[in-house]
Amino acid sequence: MSDIASLHKSLVARILEGKGQASPEIRRAAFDGVGLAEPVHTFVDKVAHRARMVTDADIGTLRKAGLSEDQIYELVVCAAIGQATRQYESALAALSAATGSN
Amino acid sequence: MRLAILDHGHGIRTKAMFALIRIFSGHPVVDPVKFAFYRPSFYRAGGLTQEAMRGPSEWSVADRELMAAFVSKVNGTEFCIAAHTATSAIAYNDGAKVSATLADLETAPLAEPLRATLRMLGKLTRDSTVDADDMRAVLAAGASEQHIKDALAVGFAFNVTDRLADVFDFAVDDTAAINAGAKYLLTRGYR
Repeated sequence: MSDIASLHKSLVARILEGKGQASPEIRRAAFDGVGLAEPVHTFVDKVAHRARMVTDADIGTLRKAGLSEDQIYELVVCAAIGQATRQYESALAALSAATGSN
Repeated sequence: MRLAILDHGHGIRTKAMFALIRIFSGHPVVDPVKFAFYRPSFYRAGGLTQEAMRGPSEWSVADRELMAAFVSKVNGTEFCIAAHTATSAIAYNDGAKVSATLADLETAPLAEPLRATLRMLGKLTRDSTVDADDMRAVLAAGASEQHIKDALAVGFAFNVTDRLADVFDFAVDDTAAINAGAKYLLTRGYR
């Protein structure tokens, strides 16, 4: 498989810069997992690190805070891809260190 | 599904397609399909997942489905464990091999390059990081640099998908629907 890097780059660009109902700044913060106000910060951290522990009540908290379902959908996608990207890039760097390649 | 938009928010053409799927497959439309067809212009990760799971690689399709099941086991994502255990079992024509791997990686009947690669993917998934020594161990077991890169693409795809399945609460289907979905993934892929 040769074009994973370009597919990954275009996926990240689409979710962060494409048309959405959450602002690009909030989407970027969800992707990075930093710079978010509560209750979004706690929710995004849970998506990144304890996704299976997310409950209906967590979604309800976001609704009560005024987020629409589309905004919640976008933040979850950004948080999931952000955490998986950090894992992936950590592993590629470790592989480069092990093989001595760039 | 935790968001109503993912169940009912699709456009009329997509809803008509879902009706046809229900009629011709005899099964309800599964949650990952509903998710994939909701605002595909926003997410649309099928291209990357298709390349990771079905693109050219020295890993077999069965090996990559086993990686997907294994990563999902570490994440504890019930939907993806069920779906990719079934898909890998059919692809290998060896359900016992898949079950043994998920039960105990160290004693499962696997070639060492695959075992070492799964061990590394497990650590990466659990700890979110690996180091050069972890990679040297995989290389020493006989996996090539390209083997590892290909496995990391599978790991990326399922560390995304598992989170989405858990947060949106994809329903685990009955055995017949799981096996039908597995056969679909083996004939049509992830597009």
